[in-house]
Amino acid sequence: MATAATVHSHAPQGFIRKYIFSLDHKVIGIQYFFLALTAVFVGMALSLLMRVHMIWPTANWPLVGEIKPETYLAFLTMHGTIMVFFVLTTAPQGGFGNYVLPIQIGAPDMAFPVLNMLSFWTTFVGFIVLLCAFFVPGGAPLHGWTGYPPLSAIQSAGPGEALGADLWITAIAIFCVASLMGALNFITTTLDLRAKGMTMMRMPLTVWSWFITAILGLLAFGVLLSAGILLLMDRNLGTSFYVPQIMVNGQIVGHKGGSPLLWQHLFWFFGHPEVYIAILPGMGVASQVLSTFSRKPIFGYRAMVYAMLSIGFFGFMVWGHHMFMSGMSPYSAFAFSILTMCIGVPSAIKTFNWLGTMWKGRIRFDTPMLYAIGFVSLFVSGGLSGPFLAQPVLDIQLHDTYFVVGHFHLIMGVAAIFGIFAATYYWFPKMFGRMMNETLGRIHFFITLAGTYAIFMPMHNLGMAGQTRRYSQFTEVAYQTKLLPLQTFITFAAIVTIAAQFIFVINLFWSMFKGPKASDNPWDATTLEWTTATPPPHDNFGGKTPVVNNGPYEYGVPGAPKDFVMQTDPPTEPKH
Amino acid sequence: MGLALMALIWLITLISTYFFVAKTWWLPVGASAATGFIDRQFTITFIIMGIVFLAAQLGLGYIVWRYRQTPSAPPASYSHGNTTLEIVWTTLTTILFVGLNLMGSSVWASQRFDPPEAGAVQVEATGMQFAWYFRYPGPDGTYAPTKMSLMDPSAGGEAAVGLDTSDPSAKDDVVTGTMYLPVNRDVDLSLRSVDVIHDLFVPQLRFKQDAVPGLNIHMHFKPTAIGEYEIACAELCGLGHYKMHGMVHVVSQEDFDKWLAAREAEKQ
Repeated sequence: MATAATVHSHAPQGFIRKYIFSLDHKVIGIQYFFLALTAVFVGMALSLLMRVHMIWPTANWPLVGEIKPETYLAFLTMHGTIMVFFVLTTAPQGGFGNYVLPIQIGAPDMAFPVLNMLSFWTTFVGFIVLLCAFFVPGGAPLHGWTGYPPLSAIQSAGPGEALGADLWITAIAIFCVASLMGALNFITTTLDLRAKGMTMMRMPLTVWSWFITAILGLLAFGVLLSAGILLLMDRNLGTSFYVPQIMVNGQIVGHKGGSPLLWQHLFWFFGHPEVYIAILPGMGVASQVLSTFSRKPIFGYRAMVYAMLSIGFFGFMVWGHHMFMSGMSPYSAFAFSILTMCIGVPSAIKTFNWLGTMWKGRIRFDTPMLYAIGFVSLFVSGGLSGPFLAQPVLDIQLHDTYFVVGHFHLIMGVAAIFGIFAATYYWFPKMFGRMMNETLGRIHFFITLAGTYAIFMPMHNLGMAGQTRRYSQFTEVAYQTKLLPLQTFITFAAIVTIAAQFIFVINLFWSMFKGPKASDNPWDATTLEWTTATPPPHDNFGGKTPVVNNGPYEYGVPGAPKDFVMQTDPPTEPKH
Repeated sequence: MGLALMALIWLITLISTYFFVAKTWWLPVGASAATGFIDRQFTITFIIMGIVFLAAQLGLGYIVWRYRQTPSAPPASYSHGNTTLEIVWTTLTTILFVGLNLMGSSVWASQRFDPPEAGAVQVEATGMQFAWYFRYPGPDGTYAPTKMSLMDPSAGGEAAVGLDTSDPSAKDDVVTGTMYLPVNRDVDLSLRSVDVIHDLFVPQLRFKQDAVPGLNIHMHFKPTAIGEYEIACAELCGLGHYKMHGMVHVVSQEDFDKWLAAREAEKQ
């Protein structure tokens, strides 16, 4: 606490200390946000190139020329890696968590501001290292974002598996270090820097979601970091953690006795919690926004908290469901399968409670609310394909098909992105002092919701018909060639949806400079960030320390003067 | 706005549902003994999840329209939730999800834990970048040893899998690029890989299993219809992943015996 207080006695004045190497969590949050925005455009451009290549495999494209199968796989690897790490982990947690969490708990900054700055710049370096993989001889690796050895462990296993793969692993290792620093900071801040009266059970659900996400990050990223270092050693120092004796390209490689499955266990021990790292903050934002714009308290606050805690807890016990077809002991499939079904229960509870929150509300349809409603819809659609994949016996048909691609894009890709959009439209006024354009926001929402469904729903049908993942062309397998019309439809849907994202970018930058000025509390919301100035001063509350008297979602309290009671208002006893 | 949102959510829901229910794209017609069970379990899961999908999405659309803010709308009700409801839906979801899971377990168990039936035909499948080879042990019922030092993938056939031809049991081992199987007989399959992880996926036979270097994975299944079925590699194995294609020919026992005898004769 002393650290934050000392640092914040004076706001830095120089440009570099104020905007580049800033210690202010708000500036760092915005830096994370723009890093993720840059990354998402790279990732999206890659997905567009992949989609058009599948349909027109021999065409020449601007900048990249003709896409070869190995280039397609390099795009696929980089798309997944960029999206999972530098978008879905970076924006919700590093971006909005950083900006909003300290203000929502009434703290002047994060517990360790220097660590916070370090965490951002380490993430930035990781991103640059990752992008470098495109430009080295052989290009980016083709082993997919999951990087299964031996493909990822042997330099001669394919183009991009030389220096490109080393850079890829290094970038991920750097990202892990950054995330560990961030996680430590979030946990300490939440536990130690809460304002007077901000008990754990008065924390907004957003704070809970960032807090639980940080705990998952702390436990998961360490494992990935170690796994990555072992892989680097296998590749460059001649160890054999993951590689048995094999022959690649007619040459026997100098490894013996390693286990390819070891990597899969370590990777998914990180990889499954990572799914929740991506989606939990979205759940928090959806809860916050649904309650605000329904003008009703969140339905079942405690149930929501316990649901997130149990999702986090079970999230560490289900990694084996990625490995039903891997040659892992088939006995363990039973345990992983049952535990996976169990994790569906708290997810279902959250959905019920979101619907319960809107039930008998008085719903306002500002753009953040549209995205929160879209989040619920996508979460349901993406979630309901889970119980198919959680059954090993159905996985025999569905594993590594487009059914899986549709499932995880809906639930951890697009739903999480909708959480980020909701958060952007919701907190933009606080962050930049201006309102975003509602008309553009609505157009953006309607095209994006319809478009994402048009892209990812048919993928389930493709998967059921046996369309395997990670195929650069569908010309070699006769039954898959028949599915080409549906693939073509998806590509056109993707082109439209991607084009619509420029509406968002225009809105974002135009509003930043030209949008109407925002008041301190434009949404009539209750949590602490809306009690302070817009944008908040350097120490968040202008030298005052907020005192919290109420729960986070006191909307429509009978007998209260307004239809919302802020957390800092005098304590209210609702008259029933 | 409430009406537009309801219309969009309902439209998306109904269009999606139509394409699933009309079975425009569905599981390919199955041709193995496990088909019946797997497809039944899929259908049960599909019906339950479909009902939940329809109820949740149509409900969501209805709620946003019904409780939209209008000048005449009543104030929002002040409620923090309902513990009884929470307990009811938690219990129901648990029973539904866990029950569904337990129903599917028996086939998984019988495929993986029970040994193949007596008299099963033995086949060994070996994956390598980017081809499959299939080996039959011949009349002696014994696979001859293979050695990595003898492997020559560019030569194809026996040399590709590194068959040790100096071993007496190698004399009747047959290695082919296409898998031939007799109909209605259990197949005792050994799966191996010489380089990276591959996956032998035959949609019509409801069969999928990774081939992992360093492991010899045993599986068994029974084709039940004569026909030609495509193999697609289902685990990313490198730049030629998309063309790592193979064929399974399921033929009558008589044709199978003739085919195998002809291969044995070629070898002599």
